[in-house]
Amino acid sequence: MTERELKKGVKGLSPIDVYALLPKTNCKECGETNCMAFATKLVNREFSLENCPPILKKEHEKEYKKLQEMLAPVIKDITIGTRNHTVKIGGKLVMYRHEFTYHNPVSIAFDVTDEMSPHPRFSGEESLLDRVRKVEDFSYEYIGRTLNLDMIAVRSTSNDPITFKSAVDTVAGATKMPLILCAFDPKVIEAGLVATSGRRPLIYAATKDNWKDMADLALMYDCPLTIFAPNDLDLLRSLAKTLIEYGVEDLVLDPGTFSDEGLSDTVNNFTMVRRNACKGGDDLFGFPLIGTSITAWLGEKCSKEMLAWKEAYVASILISRYADILIMHSLDGWVQLPTVIWKFNIYTDPRKPVAVESELKTFGKPHEMSPVMLTTNYALTYFTVESDIKKFGTDCYLIIADTEGISVESAVAGRYLTAESIAEAVKKSGVTEKVKHKYLIIPGMAARLSGETEDELKNVGLPGWHVIVGPRDSSGIAKLLEEKWPPKEEEE
Amino acid sequence: MKTLGEEKGDEKEAAIKLAGLLELLGITGKKEIELEDVDLSVRELVLQPSALAVPPPKVIAAPVPPVPPKVKPTTILEAPFSPFVQEYPGQIREVTLGATRSEGGSRGKTVTIGSATSPAFYLFEKAPLHPPVIAVDTFDMKVRLPKAIRMHVEEVWDDTAAWAKMAVDKWGVDALTVHLLSTDPLIKDTPPAEAAKTVEEILQAVDVPLIIGGCGDPKKDAEVFTKVAEVAEGERVLLSSLTLDMGDVGVLDGVAKAAAEYGHLVLAFTALDLNRAKELNRKLYDYMSEDNIIMDLTTAALGYGLEYSFTIHERARMAALMGDSELQHPVLAGTTNAWAAREAWLNLGSEWEPRELRGPLWETLSALVLLLAGVDVFMMMHPDAVRTMKAVIEQLMSRGKARPEKIANWVNERI
Repeated sequence: MTERELKKGVKGLSPIDVYALLPKTNCKECGETNCMAFATKLVNREFSLENCPPILKKEHEKEYKKLQEMLAPVIKDITIGTRNHTVKIGGKLVMYRHEFTYHNPVSIAFDVTDEMSPHPRFSGEESLLDRVRKVEDFSYEYIGRTLNLDMIAVRSTSNDPITFKSAVDTVAGATKMPLILCAFDPKVIEAGLVATSGRRPLIYAATKDNWKDMADLALMYDCPLTIFAPNDLDLLRSLAKTLIEYGVEDLVLDPGTFSDEGLSDTVNNFTMVRRNACKGGDDLFGFPLIGTSITAWLGEKCSKEMLAWKEAYVASILISRYADILIMHSLDGWVQLPTVIWKFNIYTDPRKPVAVESELKTFGKPHEMSPVMLTTNYALTYFTVESDIKKFGTDCYLIIADTEGISVESAVAGRYLTAESIAEAVKKSGVTEKVKHKYLIIPGMAARLSGETEDELKNVGLPGWHVIVGPRDSSGIAKLLEEKWPPKEEEE
Repeated sequence: MKTLGEEKGDEKEAAIKLAGLLELLGITGKKEIELEDVDLSVRELVLQPSALAVPPPKVIAAPVPPVPPKVKPTTILEAPFSPFVQEYPGQIREVTLGATRSEGGSRGKTVTIGSATSPAFYLFEKAPLHPPVIAVDTFDMKVRLPKAIRMHVEEVWDDTAAWAKMAVDKWGVDALTVHLLSTDPLIKDTPPAEAAKTVEEILQAVDVPLIIGGCGDPKKDAEVFTKVAEVAEGERVLLSSLTLDMGDVGVLDGVAKAAAEYGHLVLAFTALDLNRAKELNRKLYDYMSEDNIIMDLTTAALGYGLEYSFTIHERARMAALMGDSELQHPVLAGTTNAWAAREAWLNLGSEWEPRELRGPLWETLSALVLLLAGVDVFMMMHPDAVRTMKAVIEQLMSRGKARPEKIANWVNERI
C-alpha cells in the first residue's frame, strides 16, 4: 500500500521529498537555477523527470525509479499511436479538478466503417475518405488556440477480416492520426493490426468471450487493449485482473455508455470506477476510461438532428464525468463546437486566476490617432477581445478595467463596471497623454453607461472626451473601426 | 503464502527462527558469531512473521524448488467489485419555494430542493431526495433575444403574463422567474410600486413558485425587493439577488429584514468566490432563518468560464458535505447566461449551422455540466434546453435500467 499512499498524496507531495532523490548538483541542465527549483516544478507537473538529464544516468537508476513511482499518476497514462502522431490518455492525478488539475485532455475519435466506400459512389454519399478528411480538417480558433479533433475509430460492420483490412489500409494510408480498431472477432482485429503495423492502435475490445485471443494480439502487436463489460463492473474488474496477469499492461476500461435508459448507470459506473481508483486505492481500476457516445445512435427511430443532439449532451456528460477518450459519430459543427470547447475548458488549470492584470495594453504600433478601447479584466473576455484585435491586425490601445474578473455584461449589471470606474480606469491608464484625440470606445454591453461616462470623464479632469459605443461582441470591432474610425469631429 | 518446503518441520523451523533472530540482532551475512552466556530456547522465541521470510542458511536448508514460470491465466480470475463509498458529516439544507393557500400563499404547487447527503447523482451512495428544478426566465419589458429563442416566444415577447403562462402550460416548468429589468435607473427606472404590480399580475397568471429578479443596481433592487416582499406576503418567492454590494451601500439589512418579515427566500449572489459567499451568508443569518437562503455562485457561459463555475460548484458542494455549514445551502445557476457566448448565436459560417440547434445546445450543455456539479435550481430560456434537462434529470434520478444487450454489439451496427 505504500506506493498507493504516495500516489494519493499527490497534493501533499512535497518538493523536499522529491529534492532528496535528485542528484543535487545544481547543474542547471534543466534550465532551472538549482535542483530545489526543479523539484518544485516537478511537483507542480510543470516539468517531467526527463527534463533532468543526470537523473537518467545509470548511477541514479534507483532514485529515478523511486521518483517515477512517487510521481506516477493514479490513472495510468497510455499512449496510442507512435512517433509524432500520438495521443496520451489517462495520467490523471486526481478525481476532482479542484484537487489539482486534469491532465491529458479527452481524446475524441470519430467512427468510420469498413463497409463505407473509399470514394463516393453517388452524389451526396459520405465516403470513408471524406469522413477522414473532415476529422482531419476540423479546426476552430478559440482564445488564441486552435481546437482540433484527435482520432479515427475504424469499426467492422462487415465482420469480415479481408474487408476490415482493406478499410484499415485505406484509413492508415490517408491519415497519420492515431487509430482505434473496433471489432469483437479477434480474426478481424488481427487483420486490422497487420494493416497498421508500427502504428500502435488501440484495440477495441476484449470481452468475457474473446479476452484470451485479444490479449495475445495485444501482446504480439504491442498495443493497448480496451475491456468492454457493459454495466458489469465485476466483470470489468475481473477482466482487468486477468489481463494484467496475462501480461497486458496498457488497458482501457469501458463500462458501457447508455444514452437514455441507463444514462444514470453510465454516470454512476464511470464515477465508481474512477473513485475506486482515486480514493479507494483500487489498482485494477487505475486505467483510462473510454466513453462511446456513438451508442446514442443505436436503435432509435428519430431524426438525425435528435440523435446528434443526444450524442452531444451524452458526450459532455462523459467529458465531465471522467472519460479519457470518446468515440463519437456526429461530425456536425454545431455538435463538435461545444464539445471541443468544453473539453478544452475542463482541462485548463484551475489554479490560474480568472482575472488578468488591469492595465493599458498596446497592440501593434499605436500612434497618437490610434483607437482607444476598453474592456474588463475577466480573463476570457480579455482573451476574446485580444484575439479579435489581433485577427484584425489594427494598431490600438486597450484599457483593461478592473471588474474583479467579471465579464462585461455581468459587471455592468452588478455595478463592477460603472461610469465612475471607467473614468478612473481611463485616467489611471495614462492613455490620454499618448493620443491626441478624445474618443473612447466602450463595449456594446456597456452601452447604457455611455452618457454618464462622458460626464464622469469630465469630473476626473478629462473634459471633451466622447464615448463611442462599440459592438456587443468583439467580433464586431473590425467593422466598427472600418466604419467609424477615425471619428468625424463632433460639435461640442 | 506457501514459501517454505514441507520437510523436516521442527528442525527447519528452529533454524529459520535463529536466522531471523540473528538478523534482528543486526548480524547477517557469513560473519561468524559466538553467543556467550546466552540461554537460547528457540521454542520460546516470539518472532515477527516477517522474520520467517528470511531464507534459511544454506548449510541447513534443503534445496528450494525453482520458482515455476508465471502461468498465464486460462480462465477469468474473479475480482469482484465493491464501490468505495464515503460517509459525509454534512447535509445541504432543505428549502421550499412557493407556498400554497394553507401555507399562507396562493401557489397551486410548491417545489422543495436541497437535502443532499452526497455528491450530485452518486446513487451508489445515496439517491437524491429532491430532483433539481427548472425555472424559465421572463422579463417585464421587451428585451433583446437571440433569434433561436425569439422564434419560440415571438408572440409573448412583450407580454410577461402570457410568456409566464406559456412556460408553465406548454413547457411544464417547475418555477418561473420574472426579471424586473425595467426598474434599472439607466433603463426605465420603473418605480418599486409599479414593479410590485407586475409581480402581482404574474402571481395571478400562474400558480407555480416565483423567482423575482432585479436589475443589478443594489440600491434600487433593495427598494424593489422590499416592496415586492410586502405585496407578495406569504408566497415564499425567491428574491434574486442579495449581494455584498448591498451591504456596502447600506441597504442589505433593510431588504433582508423585509424578506424575513414577509416570509420569502433570498438568493445570495457572489462572484466565483467561496469566502465571499460565506461572508454574505453570515451577514444574512443575522436577519433570517438559514433555511431561507439559496446561493448563486455565478454561472459563466460555456466557452467563457463555465469551467470556473463547474469547479466552484464542485468545491462548494464537497466542502458543504464535509461539514462547512456556511455552504450547506442549495445552489442556483443562471444558465441562461450561456447565450452570452458568441458561439451560441453568432453566424460563424455554414459548417457550424444551424444556429437554431447550436444555441439551445449551448444552453443545454452549460446546464448539464452544472447539474453534475450539484446545482439545485436552473434559470433557463430555450424550450429544447428545458426539455432535455428535464429528461436527463429524470433519467439520473434512478438507476438499474441499463440493458446491456442494447449496446453489446454496437461496434458492428450500421448507423
